Amino acid sequence: MSALAALLRRAPAGAKLAALAIAGTGVMAIADWRVMVDLALLAALAFRLAGCGTDALGRQLRPMLWMLAALFLVQGWLVDWATAALVVARIVTLVLLAALVTLTTPAEAMIATIERLLAPFVRFGVDPGRVGLAFSLALRFIPVIGEEAERVREAQAARGLGHHPLALILPLIVRVLKSAEDVAAAIEARSGHDDPGRAAPSRSVW
Amino acid sequence: MIHSSLQLPRPGLQSAAGSTSVPLPAAPSPQASGAGRIEISAVSHRFTDTPVLRDITVTLTERRIGIIGANGSGKSTFARLLNGLLVPDRGRVVVDGLDTARDIKAVRRKVGFVFQNPDNQIVFPTVAEDLAFGLKGLGLGRAERAEMVTQMLARFGLEALADQSAHKLSGGQKQLLAIAGVLITKPACVVFDEPTTALDLRNTRHIAGVIAALSETAIVVTHDLDLISGFDRVLVFDAGRIVADDTPARAIAEYLRRMQ
Repeated sequence: MSALAALLRRAPAGAKLAALAIAGTGVMAIADWRVMVDLALLAALAFRLAGCGTDALGRQLRPMLWMLAALFLVQGWLVDWATAALVVARIVTLVLLAALVTLTTPAEAMIATIERLLAPFVRFGVDPGRVGLAFSLALRFIPVIGEEAERVREAQAARGLGHHPLALILPLIVRVLKSAEDVAAAIEARSGHDDPGRAAPSRSVW
Repeated sequence: MIHSSLQLPRPGLQSAAGSTSVPLPAAPSPQASGAGRIEISAVSHRFTDTPVLRDITVTLTERRIGIIGANGSGKSTFARLLNGLLVPDRGRVVVDGLDTARDIKAVRRKVGFVFQNPDNQIVFPTVAEDLAFGLKGLGLGRAERAEMVTQMLARFGLEALADQSAHKLSGGQKQLLAIAGVLITKPACVVFDEPTTALDLRNTRHIAGVIAALSETAIVVTHDLDLISGFDRVLVFDAGRIVADDTPARAIAEYLRRMQ
């Protein structure tokens, strides 16, 4: 494990989130596209040095490629190519730094930090526990929903409906809502939340 | 023909890749002693205008209770009454003297619930983090929580998967994690809602072995008749009523007769 990897994995989640916030603000102040591109390359290098691997780097950037390409072309056409490079390099840097923090921080530590940060807002009705849980659920269920979407797409493709967006979106929404109901019941059952009678009035529980 | 799955060999769980074998839990929780008595008195429940349970009165005291019935017969709804996930429209459910309508927190500490789809029950990204979730509200210190997670990982042979993404587990491993996530809070009774529905034969047998090895009371809703054939008592549901309440052999025979 490299020194950077060890440092990132040992550093407290709060320090990493603070560093990310400072870095995020800092890159907005950079106006030279060459410096920004260098920073993006440095972020990619840090990604590798932190032991996150080239695969993870690809997973972070691949879904964004079309958007980045479109952004680059639009900015280049409407403003100039230097600005286009600056904007794209900035987004890549921010995404890689955020992914670096997420991948090197256990969700439990991240959630504990979020709960600590939100503690002063309890008096305004904010429930840090619930926000932390929501954060955890997002991390947990993004890949699950992706898998559900793939199952629906395959099922619809088998019926000859593979390319119709509604054929994917509507069943996916129904499945996600059904799962959300079950997840809520499971959280209640496991955490002992005092919410009797939150009956899920669904035939599916039979 | 009904076979007792508990007499069958109980191989370890296989990972998605088929390379990781997870042994049976080494030892049950020493604190668990089983819920003494669950009383269901004159319970009826309906969803909108549809009656789902009709005037059910039954007392559960056995350590292994199976619940079978056709789809839509009300068995899963009945199971959800037992730890207060549902409160009946009419009647009472009392667990060791605690009414699910009033003492919901205490009831949920006593009665854990394992859902049919473990994907919906696992709420944290990694195995160890998910196990720790159930302990959060118990007022335990960080070190104590970590110790309990370590013990539970060891009990279920999940140590090697502790930091693995829950998403990447096989179906059997997910169900095992879901069970461990419930057991870590040391409930006296665990209700299982069709725990083997989505599993292959090997993992079904393994989960059957896990349930058989529990020191906790187990109430199992299932369509898998092998799973409950060695139980103490089996209830058969039909159209919202208990139509048979007997030994497994007699209750299953009645169920099969009704299914013809």
